[in-house]
Amino acid sequence: MTAQAGVDVPVVRPRGRATRWLGGDGAFRVVVTACSAVVLVTIVAMVIFLLVQGFDAMRHYGFFSFLTTARWAPSEATATSASPNPYGILQFIYGTLITSLIAMILAVPVAVSVALYITNFAPLRLRRGLSSLVDLLAAVPSVVYGFWGIFALLPALKPIGGFLASTLGKVPVIGVAFSGPYFGYSYFAAGVVLAIMVLPIIAAVCREIFATTAGSWKEAATALGATRWEVAMVAVYRPSRTGILGASILGLGRALGETIAVTMVIGNFVLSINKSILGQGATMSSVIANEFTEAVEPFHLQALFVVGFWLLVVALVVNIIARRIVAAQAAL
Amino acid sequence: MRIATMRATVVAVGMLGLLDACGSSGSGGGAATTTATTPGATAVCKGTTQNPGYKNGLTKQPNQATSLSGAGSTFVNSMMSVWTAAYASTGGVQVAYQSIGSGAGIKQVQAGTVDFGDSDAYMKDADIALAKGPVLQIPLVLAPVVVTYNVSGVASGLKLDGETIGKIFAGKITSWDDPAIKSENPTVTLPSEPIATVHRSDGSGTTDIFTDFLTKESPSWVTALGGATQSRGKTVAWPNGIGGKGNDGVSGAVGQTEGAIGYVELGYALTQHLPYANVKNKSGAFIEPCNQTVLAATNGVTYPADLRFDLTDASDPQAYPITGTTWALVYQNQTDAAKAAALINFFSWVLTTGQDMTSTVNYQPLGKDLQQKCIDQLKKLTLNGRPIVS
Repeated sequence: MTAQAGVDVPVVRPRGRATRWLGGDGAFRVVVTACSAVVLVTIVAMVIFLLVQGFDAMRHYGFFSFLTTARWAPSEATATSASPNPYGILQFIYGTLITSLIAMILAVPVAVSVALYITNFAPLRLRRGLSSLVDLLAAVPSVVYGFWGIFALLPALKPIGGFLASTLGKVPVIGVAFSGPYFGYSYFAAGVVLAIMVLPIIAAVCREIFATTAGSWKEAATALGATRWEVAMVAVYRPSRTGILGASILGLGRALGETIAVTMVIGNFVLSINKSILGQGATMSSVIANEFTEAVEPFHLQALFVVGFWLLVVALVVNIIARRIVAAQAAL
Repeated sequence: MRIATMRATVVAVGMLGLLDACGSSGSGGGAATTTATTPGATAVCKGTTQNPGYKNGLTKQPNQATSLSGAGSTFVNSMMSVWTAAYASTGGVQVAYQSIGSGAGIKQVQAGTVDFGDSDAYMKDADIALAKGPVLQIPLVLAPVVVTYNVSGVASGLKLDGETIGKIFAGKITSWDDPAIKSENPTVTLPSEPIATVHRSDGSGTTDIFTDFLTKESPSWVTALGGATQSRGKTVAWPNGIGGKGNDGVSGAVGQTEGAIGYVELGYALTQHLPYANVKNKSGAFIEPCNQTVLAATNGVTYPADLRFDLTDASDPQAYPITGTTWALVYQNQTDAAKAAALINFFSWVLTTGQDMTSTVNYQPLGKDLQQKCIDQLKKLTLNGRPIVS
């Protein structure tokens, strides 16, 4: 404890040997440091493990050839030597990113609206109940989401998908991304399932942020004659934008890694990039889950480890970019 | 232990009930099995087939293990469930079978994590080289791979030939009212719906049987896949379509998706009440998959010594062209005496008494000469180098 300039604060030191027994302070510091080290060591160990397991495939086909090819055809592995690489993973990176993007576009506005409603517009009696319901959504296991997705969500999305295919699908430039026919299993359906899965996380964090906005700001806005909508926008939403971005990053993290629910509704088409979001595809996590139990072709299992490695890299890169954006926003 | 005895009793009573219904006392060629269940059943599929009533099982080995573990094909799963339940009620040996796909089954055998594997695609030399020793491959049962679809207003019995099916799965035919399908089915009203192909996303022996048929009958399929070595296998580079995990995944996806077409083992189509096609065989007739036509596919087949053969595209005029069998995969050199005894007893039972249970779940028993060869193959099992059965 140091004394501030100009202010005399009596410094109190604990007396006696009690706290120095076993070097209490030092031991505490060691324990806390060890815990933090565990986190760092785990990430580094994971990266090293994935690299070591996938090393044979990377040496055989070339480190970057996995990223430059968009063709996954394990059945051709015995035929091809090094090029072209039959284990191209570009389509899985595309699948992961596009489903997460769709999930974010659908989930973030809804989650922010839910949080705004709960904190500012809902009757007091309903607030706790609504909060609990939203948290309950987060507690549903992913495999249940997958099941429900196949049997309830896909039939419900069919008219929407058909509508998208018949309207946006015919537009000149972006039409390719929405071209039909729509069979249910698609990037779009996986994006919707992911949106429902990340919604509670983003809503819960946003709710906490909105609840802690200074009451004086809201009162000031109301005093100036703002309507409830304007109060919410100016006094609650505007100052919380950084926090909302942070909440979205949390949700994005879950969306990038989600495996089972995505595997059940995405259609598992692994050969190449499907240009339409209404068509079937695969994500990095879904292809690992589908194929690792029977990867018998040469370098197949190692290629799956390479997929895992790049999934880790994608997740880290997306996280870093998102944090940069948050930091930039906060500096504004 | 109590639950196991209760379950065994229930199963035994159930089996007795089934045997009564079949009219067979298990002592020789009994009478009725199943008849064709589809509306437009072709003439050859009507009527009944007989239970074979094989008696040439191996002598029961003493001191057998009380449990066995197996893994592999989903193609044989419905049959294996009946067999394991019935076998547990006869001798108390619990056989636990995991239905994870032929590819995964072969991998487990190579790793030595299960007592036996099962695959509808026989292990090639390259696969055996990765295993811990020589592997005996013993066919257990026959079954057809049916082409099932979900199109409004179209019942079972749609006539499809190999080239049309190949073009559909290669993405060359994309609509149900394509002239190629219409020309073979003039009386059927085909809607102008897009076709959704459904294939297996996992390593599958069913895929191997189906793509073997397509390789033999559909030049378009072979060209689209880039050659005969690429167009057949447990996994192939499917150019389009939805991937389902396991036979149940494919039948589920077809049932859920309007306009879908997929390939599954017959039992799965029947359980899901899905219609299936009559496929053109080598002789030019459109054949409905049923007991009689599957058995016809084995007429005149000569079996090699290692029992690795294909039954697709058989030459018999009544043969269903997408017929397959499933092989049990067992290490020839066993090291555990109890396990070896249990394996011999189980497979001997499957190859004799088990063959009489096949038609209750829409599988077909092995023919006489093939069954004898399978028994002979089972005799080759050795324990630490010495043959077990004399």
